[in-house]
Amino acid sequence: MVFKKSVQKFSGKINEVVIGTGEKAIKLGGENAMPFYDFDGNLGERPKVGMEILDIFPDNWIEPLKEMYKDVADDTAKWAQFVEENFNPDFICLRFEGADPNGLDKSVEECADIAKEVAESIELPLVIAGTNNHEKDAKLFEKIAETLDGYNVLLLSAVEENYKSVGAAGGLAYNHKVGAESSVDINLAKQLNILLTQLGVKPEDMVMNVGCAAVGYGFEYVASTMDRIRLAACGQNDKTLQLPIITPVSFETWTVKESIASENEMPEWGNQEDRGIAMEVSTASSVLASGANAVILRHPTSVETINMFIKELLS
Amino acid sequence: MSLTGLDIFKLTPKKNCKDCGFPTCLAFSMKVATGAVEIEKCPHMSDEAVSKLADATAPPMKTITIGKGENEYKLGGETVLFRHEKTFVNRNRFALLLSDSMTDEEIESKITSIKKVNYVRIGEEMRVEIVALKYEKSREKYLDLIRKIKESNLNIVYMLICEDVEVLKDALELVKNEKPIVYGATKENYEEMVDLVKGDELPLGIKANNLEELYSLVADIHKLDYKELILDAGSSSIKEAFDNTVQIRRIALKEEDRTFGYPSIVFANELSKGNKFMEIALTSLFILKYGSIIVLGDIDYTRALPLFALRQNIFTDPQRPMRVEPKVYPINNADENSPVLVTVDFALTYFIVSGEVERSKVPVKLAIPDAGGYSVLTAWAAGKLSGSSIAKFIKESGLDENHNCKKLIIPGKVAVLKGDIEDNLPGWEVIVGTDEAMHLPKFLKELQQEATAV
Ligand code: SF4
Repeated sequence: MVFKKSVQKFSGKINEVVIGTGEKAIKLGGENAMPFYDFDGNLGERPKVGMEILDIFPDNWIEPLKEMYKDVADDTAKWAQFVEENFNPDFICLRFEGADPNGLDKSVEECADIAKEVAESIELPLVIAGTNNHEKDAKLFEKIAETLDGYNVLLLSAVEENYKSVGAAGGLAYNHKVGAESSVDINLAKQLNILLTQLGVKPEDMVMNVGCAAVGYGFEYVASTMDRIRLAACGQNDKTLQLPIITPVSFETWTVKESIASENEMPEWGNQEDRGIAMEVSTASSVLASGANAVILRHPTSVETINMFIKELLS
Repeated sequence: MSLTGLDIFKLTPKKNCKDCGFPTCLAFSMKVATGAVEIEKCPHMSDEAVSKLADATAPPMKTITIGKGENEYKLGGETVLFRHEKTFVNRNRFALLLSDSMTDEEIESKITSIKKVNYVRIGEEMRVEIVALKYEKSREKYLDLIRKIKESNLNIVYMLICEDVEVLKDALELVKNEKPIVYGATKENYEEMVDLVKGDELPLGIKANNLEELYSLVADIHKLDYKELILDAGSSSIKEAFDNTVQIRRIALKEEDRTFGYPSIVFANELSKGNKFMEIALTSLFILKYGSIIVLGDIDYTRALPLFALRQNIFTDPQRPMRVEPKVYPINNADENSPVLVTVDFALTYFIVSGEVERSKVPVKLAIPDAGGYSVLTAWAAGKLSGSSIAKFIKESGLDENHNCKKLIIPGKVAVLKGDIEDNLPGWEVIVGTDEAMHLPKFLKELQQEATAV
């Protein structure tokens, strides 16, 4: 036998989706191959790395991050500027933890004002994340879609319970992007994409969040769901799954024991900050290797590491 | 890869002598193809034909055994490229690099790290399985290093990284019986290397400047009839290592070319150039994408917690979810005065629930009955989690007799079980918990406040 590279040509291609406006707008997707398999085809746009900020002071975050943001975190717009200037991620994810009905339960008007201030003070594209309370999120995204008209933000996300309001506000009434969120199952992902398109949202205005878990917490389901989605989208040219994937890695990795146990609680585990970064970096590189087009991260060291990781694999 | 009857027929002597019990060679071949008859039934097959056949019917990727006794592991033997198609059978193994140019303190500290980072997670041991011992400058120091590892009583497989056959001979005198990996066959030295390892059938690591050269080197080694191989995916760049690791696996499984039907080795330590977080990112990548041995620069909990856990996830059987042992787990120093919270033995559920309970800081006894390894709703629907099974578990675990706090919190999703449990467990107050684990900390704190208020 003679040596011959193994090449797999795919007929399907992931849609290209633009978030943000102006020079700093980003484009996701465009690939017709499995992640980083440039020997097979075109890898499309470089995977993007965004950073998470909150609408409230990050009381639950680890000390070093609170320390780093202590002078800016009380003013969300300042915080966003600080992140843009110091870490220059591809986008900023503003997460409305303060809107949670189980927490501060801020009004949607108050939240929309904050979103507006943030949008006005940065050039980076914005991803808006909700509270995980479907009813509240529906109202929140409706208001924010209206207030941020023209900014082309990504609303994260529409779920089965509220896709009609979120889809109608973000994808029909105003020109934003809608994130379709399902929980680690190819059929659920497909179904929600179909429902949103039936509602009238254009596929090029949609991305998917197909669910995430920190490594060690059922990550095998995440990896296999992404594998199957990408193989169906590119290999079988399944149009209903040809959407870029965004994965909010930090939402999962900073709540697990490995990241939140202090050094007093687990002396043999060593430095808590390092553990948190390690969980974030490991999960982020794993979802990128499985098919994510964008990840949301929290720690600047994670952002730096993952950017380097992507650059090396694309070089 | 299976052979057709016609393929096998071409290998027979075509004598139609009936010695095999079949009227013709073709009839015999057809039976062999179905697996109903062994090829050995024909006494006239040439040795060459028999070995050709054995090769053709062998699995596409060879399983290589490394180490001895307690420290014996299998590598390779995979049949699919994606784990949803069928299980990945042999997990990757982690190696830690040591060399003779390191100082004694460095060596000691790494040995200590290997010993220290050794724990159990969902019934599996989490530790580094291989020491990669690199020969850099001094033969004496190298041999000393090997002796030092032997004296340290580590439970570990040896991998000797050395291209100098003379040094290897001495090194093998020390660890030959441990079935070490001998790493360092190149196109320059492969004949001597094969000579060195053939007698003991030691796994031989081979490397080349690029994939094409690696391919011809394997072919050359095959000509010497040696097949206990591990392939170095290259470490000149991250991209090269990734491309090669994927190509090696795909050429073996998809193109069915056994030249690359071997496990691979990736030096994450070299690729990450001393950047620990990069090493973690790359190791994660190679756990997912086909590294069989992954070499690390050091081990600590920062690396171990994500990497061992990711490996455990990826190498579980997709048909059979991970389970935790059914028993009572005290959390946050719970004692006989803490409330009891019940959930299922599906590992994912257990981890999420126990994590949230820990976060609440409220002492709780977590009761895990045998629920078939399913999630709460699935277990309930399958009849594996019922009022009577929970009550039975509470009684058999001794909680009914030896526990003062008779508060039993059940998952919100199976609130319907409340009455049934109360009927079966007189004296207990059954409390319906939250639908989602995420809301447990708030729920438990409120419960604790109520209890102290009373
Ligand atoms: S014994 Fe061998 S040569 Fe003879 S008929 Fe059978 S297959 Fe043919």
